[in-house]
Amino acid sequence: MADLDELYQSIILDHNRRPRNYGQPSRSSHHASGRNPLCGDEVTVWLSVEDNVIKDVKFVGQGCAISKASSSLMTEAVIGKSRDDALAMFERVHDLLTGKSDATAERKHLGQIAALGGVSRFPIRVKCASLGWHAFRNALLDAGAATTEATGEPQ
Amino acid sequence: MTALAPRSDFPLLAADAALHYLDSAATAQKPQPVLDAMAHFYTHDNANPHRGAYALSARATERYHDARTTVARFIGAPDADCTLFVRGTTEAMNLVAYGWGEANVQAGDAIVVTAMDHHASFVTFQQLARRTGAEFRIAELTNDGRIDLASLASVIDARVKLVAFPHVSNALGTINPVTEIAAMAHAVGAIAVCDGAQAVPHMAVDVDALGVDFYAFSGHKLGGPMGIGVLWARRALLEKMSPWQFGGDMIEVVGDQQTTFNTLPHRFEAGTPNAADAVGLAAACDYLSALGMDRVRAHETALTAVLLEALLPLEGIRIFGPMDVESRSGVVSFAFDDVHAHDLATILDEHGVCVRAGHHCAQPLMRRLGIAATARASLWVHSTADDVSMLVTALQHAKTLFADGALR
Repeated sequence: MADLDELYQSIILDHNRRPRNYGQPSRSSHHASGRNPLCGDEVTVWLSVEDNVIKDVKFVGQGCAISKASSSLMTEAVIGKSRDDALAMFERVHDLLTGKSDATAERKHLGQIAALGGVSRFPIRVKCASLGWHAFRNALLDAGAATTEATGEPQ
Repeated sequence: MTALAPRSDFPLLAADAALHYLDSAATAQKPQPVLDAMAHFYTHDNANPHRGAYALSARATERYHDARTTVARFIGAPDADCTLFVRGTTEAMNLVAYGWGEANVQAGDAIVVTAMDHHASFVTFQQLARRTGAEFRIAELTNDGRIDLASLASVIDARVKLVAFPHVSNALGTINPVTEIAAMAHAVGAIAVCDGAQAVPHMAVDVDALGVDFYAFSGHKLGGPMGIGVLWARRALLEKMSPWQFGGDMIEVVGDQQTTFNTLPHRFEAGTPNAADAVGLAAACDYLSALGMDRVRAHETALTAVLLEALLPLEGIRIFGPMDVESRSGVVSFAFDDVHAHDLATILDEHGVCVRAGHHCAQPLMRRLGIAATARASLWVHSTADDVSMLVTALQHAKTLFADGALR
């Protein structure tokens, strides 16, 4: 059960219960939705980007604790970041979720988000955790709707 | 409550004493006799059926033929030649849509399904309606998850050509009044198409007595291999239907410009038949027949009562489908407000409990239930009260974890 405690850390459960930056904003400069067709989870992310800086992020969605908490953590992590820094963070988080990097070592770079590292031991939950991040990235790049089926993550 | 069939009959379960497999509605574990029958076919009888004029091929042909006879008898089919082997329920429904639907449904007609149909039939007939320009109508459900017969009656009129419905709902467990629905279809001259995927593994089925025109099921849900299933049909319908897949085995004479087709059942089984899987499916039917389908049903009914009783006291639980065990199979879907089905499934997995979490290939139903996903526990012949109690222990753990927050 140690892996389970690693997955459902108190930070994750807290963000699931009280998702931050939740709700549709009245104004935004970018948005994209994300969908996991296998389980039906969905999320929509709105961004306000000014002078290449992400001023605000909001999301709504329905899904499991992992997807909701991950989206919530994402919003806190990228607000205030430059486009490039946010995209670099997307890559770092992706490596963390897919087990390519170590959560303990990543803590100094990723802060609270390192709590998502527990997901890497549950390959079938990686897509839950990545959904909001893919939607965020697609919004930022104006790339349209994201689907977890096209990510190359574990099926 | 002990199992009806010993765990030792199932090599996968025998190898893992800590596994509580409660996902038989998704696919069943395989009893040893099924694996033996398939290995025996490949070891002793393997050749291309209907092809070679040599003893081995004749034996392969005979095994395939015998498998059909066994499966037909198992479902009460009066006519083995009308028991077609297909890949599964999905392909069976597509055979009906392309083989019967394309020729008999046109613009101005209507097709009826129910809000509890599996995507295998819902999407297949929705798309048939779109191709032909027919109206696609959906019979709604009652609050306790049964087909609302008044709603069904209101969508069945003289324009309706086809009524599709499940014998047993894969997401709710509801056992539907098949003969009554078939009669409603027949009263307006429509055909009745029944998805039996969740019924055949769990109760005695007599397709003839049910009064339907097409009856489909998948082999893997009754302990047979994946990749084989059955479409049973009334002979009068099959004889008027054109083949929907073409190729080897289904032909009689192939001219340069035209072809005549083989007799039943071959005209609907193009290409090399899936003989080994048919043999495996027949072995699964024999295995269940030896247990006795009435005893299978009695075991599951009794254990479903235990399961419902164990789930009901859990705080915040919503159980879907009828609560009376005579009206339902051993499929029990449930949800909690505070723990999402996918989180449940992960936590249960850590306890060795396998359940399905998701939309159960029934998104129209999930929309009506107002929920994105449910968790679903499903029983079979090897299920025991011990499986149920481990499920409840794991659910309590999930509830505690989510209520108190993680331990650190």
